[in-house]
Amino acid sequence: MRNSFVGSPVERREDLRFVRGRGQYVDDLNPDGLLHAVILRSSFAHGRIRSIDASATVKLAGVHAVITARDMPGGPPRIPMRLQPLPEFMPFEQGVIADTKVRYVGEPIAVVVATSVAVGEDALDHIVVDIEPLPAVSDCETSAAGDRLLFEQQGANCAMTFTAECGDADAAFKAAAYVRREKFRTGRHFGLTLEPRGVMAEWDAATGRLTVSGAAKVPFFNRRVLAEQMGLPEDSIAMIENDVGGGFGARGEFYPEDFLIPFAARYTGRPVKWIEDRRENLMAMNHARQAQVEVEIACAHDGTILALRGHAHVDMGAYMRTNGAVAARNIAQFMAGPYRIPNIRVKSSLWMTNKTPVGTYRGPGRFETDFFRERLLDMVAKDLRLDRVELRRRNLIPASHMPYPLPAIAPFPASDEIDSGDYRATLDRCLEEFGWADKAKLAGKLIDGRFHGLAVGCFIEGGAAGPKETARLEINPDGSVAVFIGSSAVGQGVETVFAQIAADALEIPMDRISGVHHGSTAYVSDGYGAYHSRSVVMGGSALLDATKNLHNLIRTAAAKRFGCLPSEIKISEDGIVGPHGSSARFADFAGLTAEGAFLNKKHTYTFGAHAAHVTVDARIGRIEIIDYLAVTDCGRIINPMTVRGQVIGSLVQGLGGALLEDLKYDKDGQLLTGSLADYLLPSASDFPNLRAVVTEMFPSPINPLGAKGAGEGGIISAGGVVANAVANALGAFGVEPRELPLTPQRVWEMVEAGRLAT
Amino acid sequence: MKLPAFDYACPATLAEALALLASRDDAKALAGGQSLVPMMAFRIASPSLLVDLRRLSDLRKIAIDTSGVRLGAMVRWRDIEDDARLNGAHPLLKAAVSHVAHYQIRNRGTVGGSIAHADPAAEMPGIAVTCDADIAVTGTRGARVICADDFFIAPLMTALAADEIITEIRLPAWPPRRRWGFREFSRRRGDFALAAAAVFFDVDDAGKAYNAHIGAIGVGDRPARLPAAEAEVNGQVVDIAISERAGRAASASVDPQSDIHASGAYRKSLIGTMVERALQSAAGMSAL
Ligand SMILES: Cc1cc2nc3c(=O)[nH]c(=O)nc-3n(C[C@H](O)[C@H](O)[C@H](O)COP(=O)(O)OP(=O)(O)OC[C@H]3O[C@@H](n4cnc5c(N)ncnc54)[C@H](O)[C@@H]3O)c2cc1C
Repeated sequence: MRNSFVGSPVERREDLRFVRGRGQYVDDLNPDGLLHAVILRSSFAHGRIRSIDASATVKLAGVHAVITARDMPGGPPRIPMRLQPLPEFMPFEQGVIADTKVRYVGEPIAVVVATSVAVGEDALDHIVVDIEPLPAVSDCETSAAGDRLLFEQQGANCAMTFTAECGDADAAFKAAAYVRREKFRTGRHFGLTLEPRGVMAEWDAATGRLTVSGAAKVPFFNRRVLAEQMGLPEDSIAMIENDVGGGFGARGEFYPEDFLIPFAARYTGRPVKWIEDRRENLMAMNHARQAQVEVEIACAHDGTILALRGHAHVDMGAYMRTNGAVAARNIAQFMAGPYRIPNIRVKSSLWMTNKTPVGTYRGPGRFETDFFRERLLDMVAKDLRLDRVELRRRNLIPASHMPYPLPAIAPFPASDEIDSGDYRATLDRCLEEFGWADKAKLAGKLIDGRFHGLAVGCFIEGGAAGPKETARLEINPDGSVAVFIGSSAVGQGVETVFAQIAADALEIPMDRISGVHHGSTAYVSDGYGAYHSRSVVMGGSALLDATKNLHNLIRTAAAKRFGCLPSEIKISEDGIVGPHGSSARFADFAGLTAEGAFLNKKHTYTFGAHAAHVTVDARIGRIEIIDYLAVTDCGRIINPMTVRGQVIGSLVQGLGGALLEDLKYDKDGQLLTGSLADYLLPSASDFPNLRAVVTEMFPSPINPLGAKGAGEGGIISAGGVVANAVANALGAFGVEPRELPLTPQRVWEMVEAGRLAT
Repeated sequence: MKLPAFDYACPATLAEALALLASRDDAKALAGGQSLVPMMAFRIASPSLLVDLRRLSDLRKIAIDTSGVRLGAMVRWRDIEDDARLNGAHPLLKAAVSHVAHYQIRNRGTVGGSIAHADPAAEMPGIAVTCDADIAVTGTRGARVICADDFFIAPLMTALAADEIITEIRLPAWPPRRRWGFREFSRRRGDFALAAAAVFFDVDDAGKAYNAHIGAIGVGDRPARLPAAEAEVNGQVVDIAISERAGRAASASVDPQSDIHASGAYRKSLIGTMVERALQSAAGMSAL
């Protein structure tokens, strides 16, 4: 049977469970004897801990334990970096609990283990913490001034400067006919998940086994870290993945609580659960995005870009977390995006500040650079009196130049090149589908009190990070096949997509794929998880390998049974057939299992273009999205419905970051946005007019599926395109947005400044 | 974010409720819980006793007669939305309430709770002040009526004594030919207003406005009428120019604080625009 599940809009298998309220989240787990952990967090942004006195707290009714740094022999272990683990970063890594200093509001100081969360929260008030406050570093400027140090032994607050380089930028600038220099900023926001984080740990003292529920994203890596920290053999720890309400890069990285809760379970000898509440979530989950850049572009008169040069400064928060360097690194390497720029030198410096540490958030570094670069391009077009679309078309990397090398990045060089694509084709498709030619006539027009603005921008999206993923197939007693995979489910629909891939590869109907078991460490020998838009490409390719291996096993077993050669065995949907009428059913080989793997050193590059039509009520600064279209080519499409869902979902998040979401701090490092009344998240009704078109013109040449990562593209362009549309609408006032989020107040201020100037 | 421990009572009569409320210094009435419960979760409030008013069915009525509209304190936003009589009896109230929060919250939140909570950015206190409403309250020492302008003192501070319960909000009668407008700007639909304007005026035979009431929400520490803006409207035929003048007067007569949601200068500008647009809408001119 030649299946074609791959490519079909198969309905998501997991949805039935969710819409019936039968999902199982970590907070749904309530084993006998369960205790609840509540965390005392620093209310100071920066300070020295003089003393912590919990003697009154432990005596309170219902309190089982209060854990502080002192309870950890040898001091609190550090959380190692998972990505770019450079020795220079080690002094900046976070310990699992504050020991001598606190460095951000929200840093864990003590853990109360109690019979209920309410009892635990009441008990927090009884812990006496004496902290000597130190002046806070609340932004990059203060960090760079260097008179307030987060880590005194380091002597400076700069953890690293990345440099991305190709050609000779300085020479190109000297010779260029046209140069423009600009400053831009992006605000601080993050991958807020509707279900906050949670951990439930069970310690079996008799067998020395630890079971940790609530694992997500990278359970195998986290198990290695936890084993090391707890002094346990890796295989005595099981990390269990549950249903999750969102990942976005933030959930599933190793956080302090991922040690503290297992430690508390072993300490008390009881199962212990911790569920992050929303206030904690806003101050404990990885922040992201806050960067500022001074950037210069050099062009010929015809708009050909000759060189790009600049220096970005990234507000890292208080510690280098597991993947904290990724966005800063990407800002340096991806400033040029999908454009052919022969000479580049972009630096990116990482500044420690007394704020919640940063980590990756969907499209890390790319959302930021796309705002910087696409804004700059529209300014160039205006200066040189060129059509904005023509300027982009002229400078996009031509299809004939694929694979195209990215600028070299240092330190931690990673050879990388763009795999395939025709960027002009997606731009043209976007313009056509959007109706650009007609809509562009509205540019700057005032109709019924609102100014209309249009913009278009192009992006690339990296995916499919290596090194490896593992998959296993097992034949069930009823002849159906179970899929086990190292990839994690964070809402992407992998249970459906992997079932499609497996059914096609095994050439059996989809309903004979009994289930897709993902993430948990028990399922495969090794796994790498869900990050960098990698699950489908890496896990899917590993599944193809596992299928080949399973078929070989079946052939060998069947050949033995029928007394023939393995090559004489035919496997089909109906069963296994040998020579001379011999045959068997899949069920006859129940229990057969085969693992497969896929290794990858290169990345896939999805690409596309976004176009937006906005209106602005200039009197109040209010922006409305009238129409927004994202065109994405992501290589082979496994499921057009789930890909479109990814694009629309990430687009809504991108618009949230561009227009609404903003983590605000005051000069003392106090977080001012401590609830969802103050941190404005887009809701389902805020952006009704979004469209997504997904194409598969350029399958990736670097994996057997031909697929490319597609989880992030929607978010990447949002800031730049919306800001350009607003500039286009408000051209009469000379409005040029240089900072995100584009709040109504900022828009109003720019309009007012423009009114005064004219 | 878990509530502190508290006692709970759900009395069947107003007299019982009043006795319970008076029984402890830190007892509090519980209506829809949409403001009080979050405050308890954040531990900004920790009353030791909650007196739930939900069984006091007398407080759930909407009465409409020639004297005006009387809203029982336990009338929910949802009840106002659903009551077709109010389309004619008080269209301004109806328009304002459509901006309150989200569906789920409108199913629980009450008029009395909003008035007692006295958030300067809330719609209902703004309507009460704009419309010269009377607020009827009862305590163990008896009942009294406080006019809205005297009721609201500062953010979350009112003339209500700790042992008093609001029973009714009385909005004066609404003449059928009255002109009105309501404009609000908030970041997302259902959010508290960054600034809102509630306006109405009556029109004489010459088409001139009199009895102008212009109320501002979200731009001070309590809702307030803006006499300077009203003065621009009274005696005039409301047109673009008059609405712009009233808007400028409105801006000039407030001095809002800056907070994380908006700067004072921005809010000052917003209220002018809201007043201008609400007046244009009242005058039947197309307005944003
Ligand atoms: C997400 C969200 C968004 C919201 N957005 C808006 C908005 O845009 N505009 C808006 O106006 N409101 C908004 N609200 C608040 C909502 O309208 C509340 O319902 C209202 O402010 C309080 O009403 P309640 O019945 O819930 O009162 P409760 O929360 O039960 O009580 C509030 C206070 O009033 C006291 N109280 C209640 N009833 C009486 C009474 N009869 N006599 C004396 N004291 C009493 C209580 O003791 C308490 O102090 C929002 C709320 C939420 C959660």
